Amino acid sequence: MMQTQANAALQIRGLTSHYGRIQVLHGLDLEVRPGQLVALVGSNGAGKTTLLRTISGVQPASGGEIFCDGRLITQLAADKRVRAGICQVPEGRQVFAALSVEDNVRLGAYSRRDREVEADVARMYALFPILGEKCRLAAGNLSGGQQQMLAIARALMGRPRLLLLDEPSLGLAPLLVEEIFRVVQQLRSEGITILLVEQNAQAALSIADVGYVMETGRITLSGSGAELLGNDEVRRAYLGM
Amino acid sequence: MSEFLQFLFSGLTTGSIYAVSGLGLAIIYNASGVINFAQGDFLMIGGMATVALLAAGVPLPLAIVLAVLITVAVGACLQRFALAPAGDSDALALIIITIGASIFIQGIVLLLLDKNQHALASFSGDTPIAIGGASLLPQSLWVMGVGAVLVVLVAAFFRFTLLGKAIRATAANHMAAQLVGINTRFVLLVSFCLAALLGGLAGIVAAPITTTSYDLGLTLGMKGFVAATLGGLGSAFGAVAGGLLVGILEAMIAGYVSSAYKDAVPFVLIIVILLFRPQGLFGGRVIERV
Repeated sequence: MMQTQANAALQIRGLTSHYGRIQVLHGLDLEVRPGQLVALVGSNGAGKTTLLRTISGVQPASGGEIFCDGRLITQLAADKRVRAGICQVPEGRQVFAALSVEDNVRLGAYSRRDREVEADVARMYALFPILGEKCRLAAGNLSGGQQQMLAIARALMGRPRLLLLDEPSLGLAPLLVEEIFRVVQQLRSEGITILLVEQNAQAALSIADVGYVMETGRITLSGSGAELLGNDEVRRAYLGM
Repeated sequence: MSEFLQFLFSGLTTGSIYAVSGLGLAIIYNASGVINFAQGDFLMIGGMATVALLAAGVPLPLAIVLAVLITVAVGACLQRFALAPAGDSDALALIIITIGASIFIQGIVLLLLDKNQHALASFSGDTPIAIGGASLLPQSLWVMGVGAVLVVLVAAFFRFTLLGKAIRATAANHMAAQLVGINTRFVLLVSFCLAALLGGLAGIVAAPITTTSYDLGLTLGMKGFVAATLGGLGSAFGAVAGGLLVGILEAMIAGYVSSAYKDAVPFVLIIVILLFRPQGLFGGRVIERV
């Protein structure tokens, strides 16, 4: 057990979480190794978003342990987890609507004090040229797809070692979905460890190294992306086959 | 004409006080969703602490600095020890806590000092300046000048500094702010300190005109609340505009109709606004696509 901790980017053991008296996570185990792209699929209400929020520390854990690079972070404040390298693209984008696109991007680097922020802003505009074109507009004026790009850029500005992506393709036109998945693969090739939550199980599992299936607050299946894509149960429940 | 000008000066002076008070209210409302009914008490503490320090022989400039620091400390304590322990309670519970804090603060000041009205001496004498047939007290210039400088500084802080932007980001989306590494508890603390700083300074420059006493906060706080609501809760620009508007209307009604109706002005205004334009005069309809 101890040695797996040391080489896991993220290790979760027996994690539970409650909203008031309602339990959402029921003793969940999950592991993400450095450089991996891990997909987490499951139906609505399975607790995927709650899991990501608990990993980021914006939702308290009521039990269990979360390790990041071997360090116990279960009780760490959310802002300190960002400093530890965990950045999240939250469900529904959650951009700062009244602030400019540029301010949104720069706030992504809020926890950084180094001199490379300027260069990273330029890098984001190269990755998403539309953001550079609209950098002075209020973020609320962007289309849904552009807001998704902004949310990704904002998270990347934190220089994540572990990037949590919550439903990045939700509500986007097919062309944009392709674009987002292309970016996710590019980030993985740059060495960023990624935990991707998706309802689009087909797309997510086909690019993932490892997949987890989540149901009502528990992990019910895990395996390589290809294994899960071939699994009858997964095909029936999540791929509609 | 000279009469109108006279009322206008008077209105702009009190309006500046309401504006700064309303601005503090808007800052706290934005950051926490709480309407801080102890905002007026920040003004009272500023004025009363200056009076007490002067009486203790401290020279005026130092007394002002100390009084502002005391007010900021009270603002920080209000957030840290009264509101933070309530955690994620709903806004109504938090608002009631601020009402309790306001009564508590008044009680402490009553105990430590006294229940008398105090007038601070004017900073630059009492010789009126004649402008267009109306006369303007030098202290009015202090009030308007300090008010204007504070508004500009606050605007610059929110527009150009990273901390200012972080406060706006927290106001816009608390969870997303945490997710980019903003320490939202610290942001809340800074917001209360900033609101207390504004209140304290406004209370000090206003004290020679309004006089000050332990229970001054309630009236000023209510006027600041009307100013902020009138302009659109959460809009800093709206709070300032609303404050000036309330001040000027009060002065005009007092001058042309009767001073008996003066205090009714803000409350009649607020009823009209809530009926016909509930988002306030400048309340932002934020464009948000989903």
